[in-house]
Amino acid sequence: MAELSSLFHGFAVVLSPFNLMLMMIGIVLGVLIGVLPGLGGANGVAILLPLTFSMPPTSAIILLSCIYWGALFGGAITSVLFNIPGEPWSVATTFDGYPMAQQGRAGEALTAAFTSSFVGALFAVLMITFLAPLVAKFALKFGPPEFFAVYLLTFCSFVGMGKGSPMKILASMMLGFALAAVGMDTVTGQLRLTFGMPDLMRGFDFLIAVIGLFGIGEILLSMEEGLKFSGSTARINTRIVIETWKKLPKYWMTSIRSTLIGCWMGITPGGATPASFMSYGIAKKMSPNGDRFGKGEVEGVIAPETAAHAAGTSALLPMLALGIPGSPTAAVLLGGLLIWGLQPGPLLFVEKPDFVWGLIASMYLGNIAGLIVVLTSVPLFASILRVPFAIIAPVIIAICAIGAYTVHNAMLDVWFMLGFGVVGYVFKKLDYPLAPLVLAVVLGDRAEDSFRQSMLLSQGSMTILWSNWLVGSITTLALVLLVWPLVARVLQSLKGMAGGSSAAAARGTPEHR
Amino acid sequence: MNSETVDPGSEHGIQNWVVEIVVAVGLFALGAIVAYNSWLLGAGWRDDGPGAGYFPFYIGVLICISSALVGFGAIKPAGRDGKVFVTYEQLKRVLTVLLPTLAFVIGVQFLGIYVGSVLFIAGFMIWVGKYHWAKSALIALAVMAIAFLMFEVWFKVPLFKGTYNPLHFLGY
Repeated sequence: MAELSSLFHGFAVVLSPFNLMLMMIGIVLGVLIGVLPGLGGANGVAILLPLTFSMPPTSAIILLSCIYWGALFGGAITSVLFNIPGEPWSVATTFDGYPMAQQGRAGEALTAAFTSSFVGALFAVLMITFLAPLVAKFALKFGPPEFFAVYLLTFCSFVGMGKGSPMKILASMMLGFALAAVGMDTVTGQLRLTFGMPDLMRGFDFLIAVIGLFGIGEILLSMEEGLKFSGSTARINTRIVIETWKKLPKYWMTSIRSTLIGCWMGITPGGATPASFMSYGIAKKMSPNGDRFGKGEVEGVIAPETAAHAAGTSALLPMLALGIPGSPTAAVLLGGLLIWGLQPGPLLFVEKPDFVWGLIASMYLGNIAGLIVVLTSVPLFASILRVPFAIIAPVIIAICAIGAYTVHNAMLDVWFMLGFGVVGYVFKKLDYPLAPLVLAVVLGDRAEDSFRQSMLLSQGSMTILWSNWLVGSITTLALVLLVWPLVARVLQSLKGMAGGSSAAAARGTPEHR
Repeated sequence: MNSETVDPGSEHGIQNWVVEIVVAVGLFALGAIVAYNSWLLGAGWRDDGPGAGYFPFYIGVLICISSALVGFGAIKPAGRDGKVFVTYEQLKRVLTVLLPTLAFVIGVQFLGIYVGSVLFIAGFMIWVGKYHWAKSALIALAVMAIAFLMFEVWFKVPLFKGTYNPLHFLGY
């Protein structure tokens, strides 16, 4: 019960007028970011990060994490009303949300989406409250080999659990590691991969990568589609909200299942996007109304939204307890911690309890505030989407450029942003996943440090990764996850041969949906 | 996201497998550069532990392996499924954003972020959006005025003013 008293202390920290104000600003900004194309949770937080350098860290993290919650909510608005997913994790919400809007049930779809987002997030926060301190306490015993094993697990699970070509996931991830290696080597002080350019000594900052890949890349993609917004209008009034709420308890099974999927995918860095797809797919299989999915079934909105929010929220657990983020946005928040002078990881719970519990308390309050904000102001945010793209696009590009510049006050970074934008566009079109790239840029140096420290301890022998049961089981689990696509492919082709048609499996990458 | 949505009737464009191979070759070259440079730095074991190139060397090698496999997958006849990466129509639309953005980034070097952004936003609205110049200028000025207040005045985060610093007279 020590957690509860710490939590109440956290509420006391959050409930100062200044922090409450930041929370509301964060939520509103976040929904705005979630609604606008080209601005998402990750790069929205990245752009605003420099503005928080002068704030106290607790207030800063409240502001930024509330932007994240807002963006999670905001993604649903565009999916339902415009059939345009504002965020990748709300793609699955369009499947049933948009048909509902076309049938004039936009209010019902939005209420269901927001409420299930809230439910998913709430359970994830409850889990963080009680599990994170335990994980952190456990992780205090970690040495370099254990940490390297956890990094390995993080990256292997991307390859094993990601949908799409494992080789592309690997290539994208390794590109991230290579970018992270550029600059001064932290151990020997040698310059690596700088090719004699003094500007590269600093290395590539992942914030620039995030702003370019997700911001500029997204603008280019949206432009390609021509972007003719043809949206439904949304009216949400108290009557619709209450009527929808009356219906929702019927789907408790879907909610629980989706929450569990979301929490699992969030802690292991599967992330919110695959979680929402997986949850939608399973709900479709399990539901008695499965065949009506895709034609406007409330359950098809509940499942992905619950899972996406549960995953998005629980992605903060490994970030807080281990210093290993579970999603790109969590990675940006982690970058913030480092800039504010806090060392993320298990010691944070001991050294900065105010900060940690303030953040956890703000997750509760932020999600409640978020639910109220979105339920009351949907028409306002929907009207923003009616602002023509010819105005929004240059404004967002200018904002991205400002964000890229302020990270290090370097104009070269604005060039990098443009480069990353083009890479993001091409990668997205070719199905190279961007999340592993970003996480590798963030964690590259630290994964390498823990690897080199382990190698020093063992004098170069890999057996240190199996030196005790803890590190051994994490490493083994990581390797199992890594080869999982291979195993799945073999199983599939065996099945295919038994069925007489191995053609489908010949080129097929296993679909994890 | 919706990469499969191709406009019907305008199927002419760059083939997907071509881009796939170009990207794979690019990645392979990058991986080779990374591995080679790391090798020069010392990818082996030195008396004080693993050298500076130890970790990046294997990263480079893995980039080469994975991109080679992706590339060979695209060369195979099964890879040439006739999917279009981008139609010329789409490419034109993408370039109407990309080229002005390039001009913007170049312009910012000389004029600074504020003046550069005002010109970019207004110009984009006039050329691409076909708005009246007065409306475009007003919106562009308003947006950047808010940005100026937020960054320079309230949060005291100075932005780049450019080589010629046209906003010198404001005293920031």
